[in-house]
Amino acid sequence: MKRNWIVGAAAGAIVLGAAQVQAQQSVFMPIVIEVSGNGAVSGTNFRDGALMAIDEINAKGGILKRKINAPVSDTQSNPGVSRAQVQKAIDGDPYVILGPVFSGSVKVNMVLAQQAEIPQMTGAEAAEITQMGNDYIFRTSFGQQMSMPKMAIFVANSLKAKTVAFLWVNNDYGKGGRDVFFKEMAARNIKIVADVSTESGQVDFAADIVKLKAANADVIFIYTNEEECARVLREARKQGVKTPIIGETNVISQKVIELAGDTANGVKGHVGLTADAPIPAVLEFRDKFQKRFKYLPDHNGIKGYTAVYAVKQATERLGKFDRKALAKSLHGMTITPAQEPGILIETTWDAKGDIDRISFLVEVVDGKQKVVEIVPKLGK
Amino acid sequence: MLLWQTSQTINFAQGEFVMLPAFFVLAAMKFGGLSFPLALLVGLVVALLVLGLLFKRMVVDPILRHGVLPLVISTLGLAILMKEGVKEFYAAEAQSFPGMWPATNFSFGGAVISAQSLVIIAVAIAAVALLQYFLGGTRTGRQMQATAQNPMLARVLGIPVERMILYTFLVNAALVALASFLVSPIYLAKFTNGELLGLAAFVAAIVGGFNQVRGAIVGGVLLGVIDNFVAAYWSSQYRAAIPLFLLIAVILWRPQGLLGRAEERTV
Repeated sequence: MKRNWIVGAAAGAIVLGAAQVQAQQSVFMPIVIEVSGNGAVSGTNFRDGALMAIDEINAKGGILKRKINAPVSDTQSNPGVSRAQVQKAIDGDPYVILGPVFSGSVKVNMVLAQQAEIPQMTGAEAAEITQMGNDYIFRTSFGQQMSMPKMAIFVANSLKAKTVAFLWVNNDYGKGGRDVFFKEMAARNIKIVADVSTESGQVDFAADIVKLKAANADVIFIYTNEEECARVLREARKQGVKTPIIGETNVISQKVIELAGDTANGVKGHVGLTADAPIPAVLEFRDKFQKRFKYLPDHNGIKGYTAVYAVKQATERLGKFDRKALAKSLHGMTITPAQEPGILIETTWDAKGDIDRISFLVEVVDGKQKVVEIVPKLGK
Repeated sequence: MLLWQTSQTINFAQGEFVMLPAFFVLAAMKFGGLSFPLALLVGLVVALLVLGLLFKRMVVDPILRHGVLPLVISTLGLAILMKEGVKEFYAAEAQSFPGMWPATNFSFGGAVISAQSLVIIAVAIAAVALLQYFLGGTRTGRQMQATAQNPMLARVLGIPVERMILYTFLVNAALVALASFLVSPIYLAKFTNGELLGLAAFVAAIVGGFNQVRGAIVGGVLLGVIDNFVAAYWSSQYRAAIPLFLLIAVILWRPQGLLGRAEERTV
């Protein structure tokens, strides 16, 4: 009996030891993301981009010889669920948390990561996320305070519009973008002639398009999530809208083009990231992604991919796994493709965790994004 | 409504019944490599089998004998199963669904109307007319009506009641498939579509009259018009609330619905 007890204890110790060795050999980077719900399009792109980067890094031996362990948990595009998932991730003592994308979710869960002093690489774009004094939140794309001024310059200088009809989604992302854009328009003396609020997950946009048409603006600006963008474009075609349609990132994304079909043709806008950017590294990423996941990535795919490589590069510069040091070093860090090819485009994080890099003015032509102009980094 | 009249079946998965046939079509195209028209046909046949025959045999028949409430709860569960099934086995994201008509527009005195909208209106009117003719102008339809009004007496008169009820389920399946094929090109095919459609259908049926086909049609049109007028000319934020106010008003002051008949039941 006593012998059995000793054998059992020894076996337990071996199992525990093996688990510990396994834990030491890997670095825990959970992906908390929108796999279902209204944010599924954005979330699955981000997830797949991140998983592709993780597999590439692991195939080459990992970060500082430790493989990345990145389980995926679904926020269901629900802020409450996202908070619970981030708490669960924190209980596993992660090095970094990847995601989510929805601003409303990030606003409620980033506090948990901040309290636990865990860097969080988010795909969210709402302006206020990096303005709340959180040293552990890092964007993977432009915040609205960076993208909307670029959009305003496009509206004023390139399109020479005097009036804008604005359709936005009534969530943190939409409200944040609306507020920044309206301020930019006021500064340029451009009049907002229609301010149309819509709901996340809305399917019927007939009445909203009636309002936009009636406003008789120089341009119509669509600022909502991907699926809703596609429905808006389809409805606009149904109602014979002739006014030029513009947007920031989502309305000209690959997923919207795929869902909206030829109704997306002619839409113009500014995009912080695009898989069709005329940059060899980005095009190579796009082809690899499409080959593996059988669909074209959008900007969220690039966000997930570059987030992992940013963590890799910053950690290798530190030479150790230290969460606090990682967060500190990422502030003000610039990573170039020469230093880390996986970053794809030269990227700089400022003191608040906001990102600066080149961006693109695009037009949808024959069902594809066509880059018509490269907008330089704001810091250059 | 048809199901309620013939078999006392309240189907809270009706919205998901409209969501699902679009995915049958997409699956036939994606995995079977079929052309769109052929996939539509396959979608219709699968809908008849799954949402008509199997639904009746595997869900309604075994559960209805225990009362209406267990069936209501079962259909609520079925709705969740269908949603999660599509999410798990097809996609959580919205899917593009081909239109049955080219995206051309016509202009009438300054108003633009798309060919797609005209086709939807035409198909809806034709479907209702055909259904009315079938129910009132054919022997089988009249037998179905007799079954709906008094199944016991219908059985005494030699009407095959079970078969008539099955026909009702098949007609329901065909109608939801048709609705799915018409609405998915506009709303996109997504596993959550049933939530909105199911709620709208129930509100429309209750407002118009649960025991009258024309009541449900009037309820649907009324709600659609009110919803869009409120959103376009008053407030898009309150658009979802107005139909519910109408529903409350109807339940309070005319519980049988605007065109419905008051019915007495022994309890």
